[in-house]
Amino acid sequence: MSEAVLKPPPHTQPKAFTRAQLEWLPWLEPLAAEALTPRHIASLVDAARVKSPYFRLLARDPGALEARTRTDKDIFYNPDAGLPRAERELAAAATSRFNGCLYCASVHARHAATYSKREDDVDRLLETGVATDLGERWNAIVAASVALTATPSAFGPEHVERLRRAGLDDLAISDVIHAAAFFNWANRLMLSLGEPAAPATP
Amino acid sequence: MSATDADVIDALVGITPGSALDAIRARRPEARAHAEATYRALFTPGVPGGVTAHERFAVGTFVAGLHGAMAIAAAYARRLAESGAPAALRDAVDAAVKEAVTHGPYGSYPAGPLSREDTAGPIYRVGAARGALGARLAAAFEHTHMLVFHPRDAAPPSLQALLDAGWSTTDIVTLSQIVAFLSFQIRVVIGLRALAGRP
Repeated sequence: MSEAVLKPPPHTQPKAFTRAQLEWLPWLEPLAAEALTPRHIASLVDAARVKSPYFRLLARDPGALEARTRTDKDIFYNPDAGLPRAERELAAAATSRFNGCLYCASVHARHAATYSKREDDVDRLLETGVATDLGERWNAIVAASVALTATPSAFGPEHVERLRRAGLDDLAISDVIHAAAFFNWANRLMLSLGEPAAPATP
Repeated sequence: MSATDADVIDALVGITPGSALDAIRARRPEARAHAEATYRALFTPGVPGGVTAHERFAVGTFVAGLHGAMAIAAAYARRLAESGAPAALRDAVDAAVKEAVTHGPYGSYPAGPLSREDTAGPIYRVGAARGALGARLAAAFEHTHMLVFHPRDAAPPSLQALLDAGWSTTDIVTLSQIVAFLSFQIRVVIGLRALAGRP
């Protein structure tokens, strides 16, 4: 049974980028919660993730999942200087907007809005796209994230210089690079192993 | 890049102990250690699983080649050769890169307000290299091309194609992680090289 593509239950497909909470429905069979070994559970890092079909699917390769999650947490949560959390989330949201991952964009737009208190700017990024004007510092972060996300990458010294002029030091620029690069990892998993679902309309 | 390298990203960027970039990476020690741990989990796993070393390094070489990251592709190609892959397979990977390379991201959205952002682009089907790659790796390369260049086009049929070619559900998770992780690793290397002023 696990060697088959799943048909998600009836659901509402989101048609636009949003900050609303979305669900994620897998196209491949996650491990059953009751079948997880201690190695699988360790790979979830946070015990609460046993509820997530996404993480129980990725737990099929526990070594890769655990290392992925620990990389993710340090890039976004390490409080030691560098780029403020709001702008690490902005880089994640911009990358997700450009690649077209509605689920990832919803989560990280929510975080960017929460930490920056700039809800209107975040909503404009979602609605209009990565060319929208968000003020020079945010424009520089979005442009750098987008250039690095293009394949082949279009990121170069001009993006580093623009970020420096906007007031970022080298650790903060490294944080932009890592946040955008990480969402090139996350977007591809989220987009290709399942699909987002909007909350049922009342 | 060899099995005994201390850190693959450091090696690919050219980071030396005591340099400015060494100090910057040291400020995010968990990210540095676990980017490396991901590389090891995906390319030199303790338990081999259902995906062979040839397959892992062939896909790695293909992904780096599709990114136009030639030095990184050469490093994965060396590991593919070291894993004992025959010359015919290595040549087939190079041929596949040449026929598959394009520009991304492109793809379609669900019909609605985002349709105006739909961007057309090629869907890759392996050509002359199919014989040397074999059905299983050919299916993986077609899926990999979609993940690299137009991931928003992903849909259940591409997973079905992998299952039909003999990839198990767990193998598909590993394959997806290899492609997605390299999409990260390659961009960290490109970004840090630009930050160090040596593109």
